[in-house]
Amino acid sequence: MKASRQSITDFILHLHPRTVPYPTIRFRLSWGLGGMAVVLTGLLFLTGALLLLAYRPTLEEAYGSVRALGRDIPLGYWVRNIHHASANLLAVVAVLHLLRTALTGAFGPGRRLNWTIGLGLLVFVLAANFTGYLLPWDQLAYWAVTVSMAALGYIPLCGDWLRGVIQGGPEIGQATLSNFYVLHVAVIPGSLLVLLLWHFWLVRRAGGLISTSEGGEPIRRIPVVPNLIAREAAVGLSLVAFVLFLAMFWNAPLLEQANPGMSPNPTKAPWYFQGLQELLLHLHPVFAAFVWPFLGGAALLLLPLIPGSALPGGVWFGSERGRGLAAWAAGGGALLAVAAVLADNALRQPGVGMAADALIARGIVPTSAVILLAAGGYWLLVKAANRTRAEAVMAGLVAGFAILTVLTVVGVFFRGAEMHLVWPWHGTGGSL
Amino acid sequence: MSKTDTRFAGFKIGRRTFFNRIWTVLGLAALAEFGWLGISFLASRRDRNRPEREVGVVDAGEISMFLPGTVTAVPQGQFYLARLPDGGFLALSRTCTHLGCSVPWDEEKGAFVCPCHGSTFSLTGEVLTGPAPRPLDTYPVRIENGMVKVDCAKARRRDRFLAEQATRI
Repeated sequence: MKASRQSITDFILHLHPRTVPYPTIRFRLSWGLGGMAVVLTGLLFLTGALLLLAYRPTLEEAYGSVRALGRDIPLGYWVRNIHHASANLLAVVAVLHLLRTALTGAFGPGRRLNWTIGLGLLVFVLAANFTGYLLPWDQLAYWAVTVSMAALGYIPLCGDWLRGVIQGGPEIGQATLSNFYVLHVAVIPGSLLVLLLWHFWLVRRAGGLISTSEGGEPIRRIPVVPNLIAREAAVGLSLVAFVLFLAMFWNAPLLEQANPGMSPNPTKAPWYFQGLQELLLHLHPVFAAFVWPFLGGAALLLLPLIPGSALPGGVWFGSERGRGLAAWAAGGGALLAVAAVLADNALRQPGVGMAADALIARGIVPTSAVILLAAGGYWLLVKAANRTRAEAVMAGLVAGFAILTVLTVVGVFFRGAEMHLVWPWHGTGGSL
Repeated sequence: MSKTDTRFAGFKIGRRTFFNRIWTVLGLAALAEFGWLGISFLASRRDRNRPEREVGVVDAGEISMFLPGTVTAVPQGQFYLARLPDGGFLALSRTCTHLGCSVPWDEEKGAFVCPCHGSTFSLTGEVLTGPAPRPLDTYPVRIENGMVKVDCAKARRRDRFLAEQATRI
């Protein structure tokens, strides 16, 4: 008995360092976001394994097998709800975790590789969410996948080829379902697991979470057991309780069975892609589906390689002054996004199609405008306002995420039939 | 000195380097094989899954069924038969040219309205409002013995509506 308890402690210690720097266990440094992501992933693996027993990945049976969850299997729909709620929360938590990492300066030297791995994990989380979206084979699934496959086709050079491979043929059908199924239950979870372990190991190798280095004074270290373990358990168990509770009331959607002849009105992407869908309303598809996501991804990937781009470690926004700047950047970005959406909505009149010159008017012009705006903002902050490069980068990042948030909110709540702007209390939209 | 030794000396590689290179080559070969395996597996599926419905030519009906200035859905061919005000026939694909949603005909507005991103198309399939980049695709229409026949084998892309795209009696 004693030996087995010792073994459990040893195992926990093996995943953690023996001691951690005292400042890093403060909840308001990390908000426990990384740990929450791990807990949600665990819930997803558990409920996913159960759902796998009930689900049948064929065109004829997929929809019925999901439907049967609610009818024939005791608490079956609850399991699906837990899976659904965890997946959606994980998308939120993963993005917040990314922001936390950036805003506490945790992508500088020594953590660069881990930032890249973290981005890879985010891509896998979104891919897992999206591939799971198709599996019920209802109207929501079918049309979201139709739209995203068509969007893939706009990628220059390899778009059509890529679409053919992922779709498994010229039309969405059994091959598409099989592809998404294999990705969802084997490829993505497997890759996710490998990257996760690497992610943890690199955190440990970097000496735990980021913390302030206070002028030469050695940082006090405290033992992991029980200090960190108790905190992790508190966050993790509260989250599990919250998700189980949420899943009792928040039903995972299931519309009618997929009907290739009739798109629902409005047809909306899953919420985490509605920022992207909002872009598709305003920009030429090549820019909305490829150029902008590519530029955004490249910027995030290259961020840690720019010398001096990381804030001083372990302090939110770098300093009190940085906090003010971040608030301004978030407000500015949000206002800009609202103004752009409203202005373009007013401009869009009948007769103004996306004809030959659309590539310029709705592609090159807005893209150049955004790049100029970013460059101008950077120049103003660094040269005129005498801010550090790290603060300017932080402002850009915050503004970018504020814009993405506004676009997502507009897409989820303010778009009604035929994607016209409506007030949420008048609208019929919503795909959650 | 034996023959082999002199040859090795000539190449200036030791035994260990020699074997390491062999492992590297074998490893790369294995990687290439698995890559090729995967791609051929996926590619064969893509070719095998050509649409099972070989529709070919669809009989839409008699000429008299279609009044000038109306749009009729023909579900078995997944297209709309539009009769232009001048009496010409145009078979329009129901797939939006933006991102592939299915476009319904809105009788009141007299336009095709895409539910996904709000593109609208006229009776002739031309883009009224974006974001669709080009008009709805068309299928070739023939008229035989007073029957309208549409060849659904391949949709034709176009950049604008031209009068000769319509088939007249």
